[in-house]
Amino acid sequence: MSLLFVSTGLIGGMSTVFTTIWSFFSAAPYFRQERFVSSRAWRLVYAAGIIAGAAVWLVFFGEPFVTGVPLWRLALGGFIAGFGARLANGCTAGHGICGMASLQPASMLAVVTFLATAMATARLVAAFS
Amino acid sequence: MSRARVIFVLLSGALFGFGLALSTMVKPEVVLSFLLWKDMGLLLVLGGAVVVTFIAYHAAPRLMKRPIAGETFGRHPSVMARETVIGAALFGVGWGLCGVCPGPAIAGLGVGNWPMLTCLLALALGAYVQGRFFP
Repeated sequence: MSLLFVSTGLIGGMSTVFTTIWSFFSAAPYFRQERFVSSRAWRLVYAAGIIAGAAVWLVFFGEPFVTGVPLWRLALGGFIAGFGARLANGCTAGHGICGMASLQPASMLAVVTFLATAMATARLVAAFS
Repeated sequence: MSRARVIFVLLSGALFGFGLALSTMVKPEVVLSFLLWKDMGLLLVLGGAVVVTFIAYHAAPRLMKRPIAGETFGRHPSVMARETVIGAALFGVGWGLCGVCPGPAIAGLGVGNWPMLTCLLALALGAYVQGRFFP
């Protein structure tokens, strides 16, 4: 995110890419906003870079990894996380790294909130499984 | 987008993806054990990322007139609003349930973690429901 900022001035949040993808397909006014339509191209390039970077790690340093977390948890958790991150306008990357690094009070509040609910949820799920 | 900008965005993404893989953040199991306070290593990852990014965010606009391939330095738009807190709380519930957040979900594809396709689809659906019904 430092390299992205120094080289392009862009703020490398991650969850927005999921909203901007819908700007290609949906006519809903929310997705047609300028901030999504104008940033969708670089966000997709950024996502492609992330896959490529992780693949470079895999080729030179690592072994393929497949998670053992049950699919229902990936699906339900992913849906709730996707909804929540977009409602909050940021996830672990946007609020956790970019927002904290720019010392924004709202991001700090978001980070404390999601760390608390994530820890509580993980504990609850662990207790019942 | 200029060609230089595309290359820089791609490189920055690659560095991020490489870091997510190297730091084991791509493994939901590691994230979950962090959330259960069994392995606090990821606290160092987040802390390190914040410190480095803090330096870049504060030093670059002072030392450089403009980004290498760009016009202006941006700013993360955080607003103190009810939605931010409710959204963050929900995001945490989802994250605690699956151990995956957006960056690692995308990076997971690069390390062959194919179940992340489910997660990506779910994240995108969640983003759709938010934008369509709770804008």
